[in-house]
Amino acid sequence: MIIKNQRMLTGNTTDNMENKLMIKLVVGTEAMFFVSLIMAYIYFSFVPGYGYKLSQVHELDIKTTGIFSICLFLSSFTFWRAETNYKKGNTGALKFWLLFTILLGAVFLFGQGREYLGLLNKHISIGSSRFGTSFFTLTGFHGLHVFIGLIVIAIVTLLTFLGDYNQSGSTVIGTVGIYWHFVDIVWVFVFLVVYVLPIVV
Amino acid sequence: MKAEFVIVPEPEEPLPSLSLSNNQGFLQWMASVDHKQIGIMYLWLAVLFIILGGIEVLLIRIQLFTPNNHFLSPEAFNQLFTMHGTTMIFFVLMPAIFGFSTYFVPLMIGANDMAFPRLNAFSFWSTFFGGFLLYFSWLAGGAPDAGWFNYAPLNQYNYSSTPGVDYYCTGLLFGGIGTVAASVNFIVTILKYRVKGMGLKQMPMFVWMVLVNSFLILAAFPSLNAALIMLLFDRQLHAHFFNSSGGGSAILWQHLFWLFGHPEVYILILPIFGIFSEVFPVYSRKPIFGYGIVVGSGIAIALLAFGVWVHHMFATGLGNTVNSFFAASSLLIGVPTGVKIFNWLATMYGGSIRFNVSMMFAIAFLVEFTIGGLTGISFAIVPIDWQLTDTYYVVAHLHYVFIGGSLLGVFSGLFYWFPKISGRMLSERLGKWFFWLFIIGFNLTFLIQHALGAMGMPRRVYTYPDFKGWAILNQLSTIGGFIMGISVLLLVYMIFKARKLGELAPHDPWDANTLEWTTSSPPSLKNFDQVLPVKSTRPYRDYKKPEDADWKHNR
Repeated sequence: MIIKNQRMLTGNTTDNMENKLMIKLVVGTEAMFFVSLIMAYIYFSFVPGYGYKLSQVHELDIKTTGIFSICLFLSSFTFWRAETNYKKGNTGALKFWLLFTILLGAVFLFGQGREYLGLLNKHISIGSSRFGTSFFTLTGFHGLHVFIGLIVIAIVTLLTFLGDYNQSGSTVIGTVGIYWHFVDIVWVFVFLVVYVLPIVV
Repeated sequence: MKAEFVIVPEPEEPLPSLSLSNNQGFLQWMASVDHKQIGIMYLWLAVLFIILGGIEVLLIRIQLFTPNNHFLSPEAFNQLFTMHGTTMIFFVLMPAIFGFSTYFVPLMIGANDMAFPRLNAFSFWSTFFGGFLLYFSWLAGGAPDAGWFNYAPLNQYNYSSTPGVDYYCTGLLFGGIGTVAASVNFIVTILKYRVKGMGLKQMPMFVWMVLVNSFLILAAFPSLNAALIMLLFDRQLHAHFFNSSGGGSAILWQHLFWLFGHPEVYILILPIFGIFSEVFPVYSRKPIFGYGIVVGSGIAIALLAFGVWVHHMFATGLGNTVNSFFAASSLLIGVPTGVKIFNWLATMYGGSIRFNVSMMFAIAFLVEFTIGGLTGISFAIVPIDWQLTDTYYVVAHLHYVFIGGSLLGVFSGLFYWFPKISGRMLSERLGKWFFWLFIIGFNLTFLIQHALGAMGMPRRVYTYPDFKGWAILNQLSTIGGFIMGISVLLLVYMIFKARKLGELAPHDPWDANTLEWTTSSPPSLKNFDQVLPVKSTRPYRDYKKPEDADWKHNR
């Protein structure tokens, strides 16, 4: 007649899938945040008669940024390799691919810093014009997300070296992966809107 | 089976592994990750801020008591109405709703806590410090003074040079992050922690509405957070998002704010609909009429909420095409809301109704919220909106939905759930005094303001000329406001008195239907050892009346 509430009784949950659901919801709400920033950028840059074709867009160097972008996209691939190896139990390969991911993410951030420095030297800053305002806010918040992702992956890597992931079954790496792939996908949209679209339009 | 029969064996003493004493004073509350304690703290936060927000608006009403009054300076008046609106929406109604949700969602689904208890504590404290950051602005040089929706360019440094708007941004950001985190927590809890046997179709209506609402929050709050960050950049880093002189766009703020702001008003009402969908069946002693339709109309409201925001911006000149589209969508959203009203009426129809205070608030809600809904529909008609925008008619409308809808729901929920939370009964006799004082004061204050608005009195003016009829109507409105103030003080007194001297509450004082009433009042630190089988939306009633169980009829 009466159900024993086993799952709660033991204080453990029988499946750990709530982590993944949680990060999917976080990613969803973060996506809405980026939609707001991207819409603001589009509004300032492409609305006819208002912000159509800003001259400063041409200060951006699509080739250099494109190369650094490829690093970021590659890091999604390397993290996927890390996940696969974790599931197979190859701890050595897991360590390698995690470190490789961190390296690629750091290279991307280095590229972004280099680009910012170049723009600042040309006196384009967040306060200089509405191009600067929307460009630095959008790419800056993406960079912040990359940076946070790197911190999290660094912690996961450290735990891997300490032996926490010698056995498969944890959802932590998969959960972090969802976030990391999301950060990459956001950059696809940002790159298209900020760098590619002004050339096409 | 008799009601006094002990239905769920509850451990009277804490289990050995959970021998945490419930009595470690203030420190234990601060360190708590228990959803019941966090829920109670949310509710106290709402009580604290309703007093602060109430004092602010009573000062405003004193200023408006006579024409050409100089009780308050224009600057002080701007700060007071801004703080009143911001406080009541973000730090009274939100914490009150989140308090009930945090306390009762796990209990109603047969779980012992939220999915992420520490995230739950983070959500509360983030909201808490957000509220205090907002109020710290008084000490830091002046409160925000650009209204609760804080339009550009008034929110820019040139127009508001005190740090008030910066505190508005940071305070609401903290609150917003806490709200989003809590919503993630609710969704995971509801989807993953329901007791075995409780499918989505057996979920209590309140849980359903919290689930729908949480998705609404996840979609709506990011645009507020983004707008607040952009505004902070404008003010602190001299960015150009919203200042038109520097190339920015003032209208962008309105779009981002109302893309959040209109869903927000549904965020403040959907869980309230959930509370009423619990209260009406219990006090009518009938199941909810049209369970699926009540759920479906809730989902419809949540989806439509994102297609109506421009009806706040009809006066900005976006053109006929845009205005017509949003007029139509705004009229449309009245439909699912109206459907719900008829669901509740049909729930009462033929029921054996008990007129407890909770039920009286629910019935009053049907009347008051319908008035607010009808004035809302009048705003969907563009020419009427142009005539009445920024007048007291808007003030009357929004208070009829926020107070006549959300706040009455909070009161109804409070009288319904207080025995469970505190283990004591609230006095029904004083409760009826409170009910009548509040309802009379409320209608006296705001019914009149429809007329004031139609006569052309603009909102947010610190004083007004002695036009014919304006003084007497404002005076009646002020008197009504003070009656409401007195009634809220009576409520606070009742709560304090009941906590010490109130009659001890049985575990199921209202003969209710859902799982939270199977626990002791108040529930033990660990909610459940064992949970009743769930085969319908009213598992507890099924248990009390096995021969008449819902699941037998629905086969």
